[in-house]
Amino acid sequence: MSVDIATIKRVATLSRIHVEPAALPGLAQEINAILGWIEQLSEVDTTGVEPMAGGGATALRWRADVVTDGGQAEAILANAPDREGEYFGVPKVVE
Amino acid sequence: MRPTDLSLAQARLALDARQISARELTQAYLDAIAALNPRLNAYITVTAEAALTAADAADTKLAAGQGGPLEGIPLGIKDLFCTAGTRTTAASRILGDFTPPYESTITRQLLRDGAVFLGKLNLDEFAMGSSNATSAFGPVENPWSRRNDPDTRLVPGGSSGGSAAAVAARIALGATATDTGGSIRQPAAFCGVAGIKPTYGRCSRFGVVAFASSLDQAGPIARDVMDCAVLLRSMSGFDPQDSTSVDMAVPDFAAAVGRGVRGMRIGIPQEYRMAGMPAEIEALWSQGIAWLRDAGASIVDVSLPHTKYALPTYYIVAPAEASSNLARYDGVRFGARVAGADLTELYEKTRAAGFGAEVKRRIMIGTYVLSAGYYDAYYLKAQQVRALIKRDFDLAWEQCDALLTPATPSAAFGLDEKQDDPLAMYLNDIFTVTANLAGLPGMAVPAGLDGQGLPLGLQIIGRPFDEEGVFAVAGAVERAAGFSALPGVIA
Amino acid sequence: MTYMIGDWELVIGLEVHAQVTSQAKLFSGAATAFGASPNSQVSFIDAGFPGMLPSINAECVAQAVRTGLGLNAQINLWSRFDRKNYFYADLPQGYQISQFAHPIVGTGEIEITLDDGSKKIIGITRLHLEQDAGKSQHDQHPSKSFIDLNRSGVALMEIVSEPDMRSPEEAGAYVAKLRQILRYLGTCDGNMDEGSMRADVNVSVRKPGEGFRTRCEIKNVNSVKFVMQAVEVEARRQIEVWESGEEVHQETRLFDTARGVTRSMRSKEDAHDYRYFPDPDLPPLVLDAGWVEQLKANLPELPDARRARYVAMGLTPYDAHVLTLDRETAVFFETMARGRDAKLAANWLTGDYFAALNRLKRDIADPPVSAEHMGELLDLIADKTLSGTIAKQVFEHMLAGEGAPGAIVGARGLKQVTDTGAIEAAIRGVMEANADKLAEYRSGKEKLFGFFVGQVMKAMAGKGNPAAVNELLKAMLAG
Repeated sequence: MSVDIATIKRVATLSRIHVEPAALPGLAQEINAILGWIEQLSEVDTTGVEPMAGGGATALRWRADVVTDGGQAEAILANAPDREGEYFGVPKVVE
Repeated sequence: MRPTDLSLAQARLALDARQISARELTQAYLDAIAALNPRLNAYITVTAEAALTAADAADTKLAAGQGGPLEGIPLGIKDLFCTAGTRTTAASRILGDFTPPYESTITRQLLRDGAVFLGKLNLDEFAMGSSNATSAFGPVENPWSRRNDPDTRLVPGGSSGGSAAAVAARIALGATATDTGGSIRQPAAFCGVAGIKPTYGRCSRFGVVAFASSLDQAGPIARDVMDCAVLLRSMSGFDPQDSTSVDMAVPDFAAAVGRGVRGMRIGIPQEYRMAGMPAEIEALWSQGIAWLRDAGASIVDVSLPHTKYALPTYYIVAPAEASSNLARYDGVRFGARVAGADLTELYEKTRAAGFGAEVKRRIMIGTYVLSAGYYDAYYLKAQQVRALIKRDFDLAWEQCDALLTPATPSAAFGLDEKQDDPLAMYLNDIFTVTANLAGLPGMAVPAGLDGQGLPLGLQIIGRPFDEEGVFAVAGAVERAAGFSALPGVIA
Repeated sequence: MTYMIGDWELVIGLEVHAQVTSQAKLFSGAATAFGASPNSQVSFIDAGFPGMLPSINAECVAQAVRTGLGLNAQINLWSRFDRKNYFYADLPQGYQISQFAHPIVGTGEIEITLDDGSKKIIGITRLHLEQDAGKSQHDQHPSKSFIDLNRSGVALMEIVSEPDMRSPEEAGAYVAKLRQILRYLGTCDGNMDEGSMRADVNVSVRKPGEGFRTRCEIKNVNSVKFVMQAVEVEARRQIEVWESGEEVHQETRLFDTARGVTRSMRSKEDAHDYRYFPDPDLPPLVLDAGWVEQLKANLPELPDARRARYVAMGLTPYDAHVLTLDRETAVFFETMARGRDAKLAANWLTGDYFAALNRLKRDIADPPVSAEHMGELLDLIADKTLSGTIAKQVFEHMLAGEGAPGAIVGARGLKQVTDTGAIEAAIRGVMEANADKLAEYRSGKEKLFGFFVGQVMKAMAGKGNPAAVNELLKAMLAG
């Protein structure tokens, strides 16, 4: 499955990563090489196989409904690149 | 004996016997770092003052006979673990000067047991790589070099290149590391030291910067098998804050190291014998088999038929999960920010500037394989193949108790070799990814040297939660190998 | 008869987001209370900091199951969390933990009652648990938006209806009924103005007999009234588009409550590709069947069942409806009516008591007179200590804070007189004082009976038992 420049652009937008137009062909080439190599999975007969979600615990463990966290606005905001008083500041969003 | 000559286990005895003080030991390591780190670049951040303060506190505890299992032991911490009050970078520009206001569970446990932290160790950016060359803070140099070509700088492997190099050069007595596709075992093998990735769920992921959630596991890199066992004990344990953490008691791993392998069945997976495998690696593998047979184990040929699909499976699952895990690095709440006219531009510019090329590649592959229309063909398919890979192992465990394989397809390569070909780099993980996909414990043990005097390792893969079995086999290999070579750059 | 706008039928489906009533958030231990100072109820988990991981709150799971049971829905003993990936300033992780492929609750139904008394079943497609996002404020600064993450990570139940509604009234009735059920169950407080319950309204139109045409989604409508208005306004807009020969495009819109129109959301998220995949940080959610049965056994009685029970007790359907509109009123009523005449209790509650609540601007959750005291008042009427008229007086004294009715009756000597001797004496007195009227009555002016009743009551300071007075007066006037 080969991807074209338009698809790479769309993927870059979905990933919120700016790619210089001049860099697009090179990136497409690299990604196509990797995708081509991944293709071989289509050889495997996976009929009826349950996808494996991962290792670890088999059922989700539950936590008691008690407030054990929060009350730390200073720590939450301490690393903010643009702190506006008690808030995080971002460029204004128009809905 | 100089302080840095002591292994972790030996240092424990010496500290307890007050033959050496924690301060002396830590100072010795800080001196070694000052001397060698400018060249090796194993550390991103050195926390000298805090280390000495911690060492003094350890001495007080030791004097009162109240030392913990790691009291006064100087460790390096891979810069993927969030350490409260100390900058944590994940070797990326995008985290800027981020200083976590919280401690990861694992580092909290190490501190609980009395460890002294020397600093944060270098790694491939966001743990993505097998050479430590993708770090935004520069590559790490392997303290070993080729006998015939000593000026060519070699990679330490990755992603835990800083951890492995620091332990090998004795500028850390032990180190924490993480392994998603081989990032503990491959660098340990490249640097002639030992490293173990435990069973998925054995160590908590809480506070460890996530790369691929269903594959990441933390583990130790240390000088030998016993040191790893001691460290793993402190690092392990059920953590309710990590929903994938498994509630199982932590055994005394150290007790298993000398257990021997009499009566154990060691499986040799035929599919790991790959076309074009270097003769030296083939020879070392055969040698390892002989050692274990001599030590009383029986050897069984087994088949893991889906082995060849492990790498492509990994390179779908890991990037997919990473693309989602790295979405939080957006310049809004922490880390570096590049200004934008609107929110979208803020995101796009911040992430373009903050992430390196390999990270961007993997995020984009991950985004692509999850995107509409491709999910079934890629991600779903990969998780099905993953289930088949696990099933291969489940069937193998009916015939054997542990598997012996090579750790890497080559010795450490040059800093300037292989770098422009991502695919070539991916093949470094060929022997190691299967253990991550199946959630199994895997350990690398230094077993011999190649023709150029570079270390080669063997890998032991064990049953789920049978790290003790892994340590028993690794201990036997280590004793038989008698690996005592040291790198050219060493404290 | 189906509601029509011209030749057009409406097709409406609702997705309601209801904040779960719980102390802590869905995947973190931060508090959920409304109105806290910005970023003060935020865990590092909610803020998407590096290395943070989710762990699930048991009560949120229980609340979702209770809600599913209250909707007569299928409870899925195995369900899973998925990540919904997109970028927005109020979504710190860059993804929302939700349930896409395998929700905790499956199909169910709600019965709504319309103004004309007719009933209709509205299907529920599913209910799932998911995280709420933080809040953005766009009006505090000329060039910046401000982000508060207090709400980030609060548990939401997303309740999706089948597209079964066909009119604004049906949509409004559905939201009101759903809200009532959630409040009865205690799983969501239903405060739409605080944002703890919000509706996304899906509207399309069609000619009768057609399949479905393109629909638009109107997001975050926060009152029953606005839901109905938005439906009407959007339906008309779409009809205009179709009738002008154009096509309605699928899009997300907002209801501008000030201007009474819907408008398109200006957002670059047009091409939504959420890239759902199972959240690798969370193993599957497995429920024990026995535990679900326990929850079912302990569910509070729901409005429909309660209404039916009240009617069986002898109340009119209207009174039963009024008394069960919210659970607090129903509970008050039952305390008041326990072991007593239900109809009498209902009349007092819906009549004098509600009027007093209105007058004093109080509500049943903060009652000026307790249900127990009201019950005691009813007892005093039942055992004839008080007449209905005097009881009303006593009630006013209770409202004024004078305490229990028994004490008031004692202190003020308001006990009703049933002693025939006393009544006869009073009647004799009135007859003597009004001899002329007595003569008129005896010669046929029966209308004067009321005058005598009034005079006797006055002479007895209102404390005469009306029935006894009537009986004795009739006899004695007759001569």
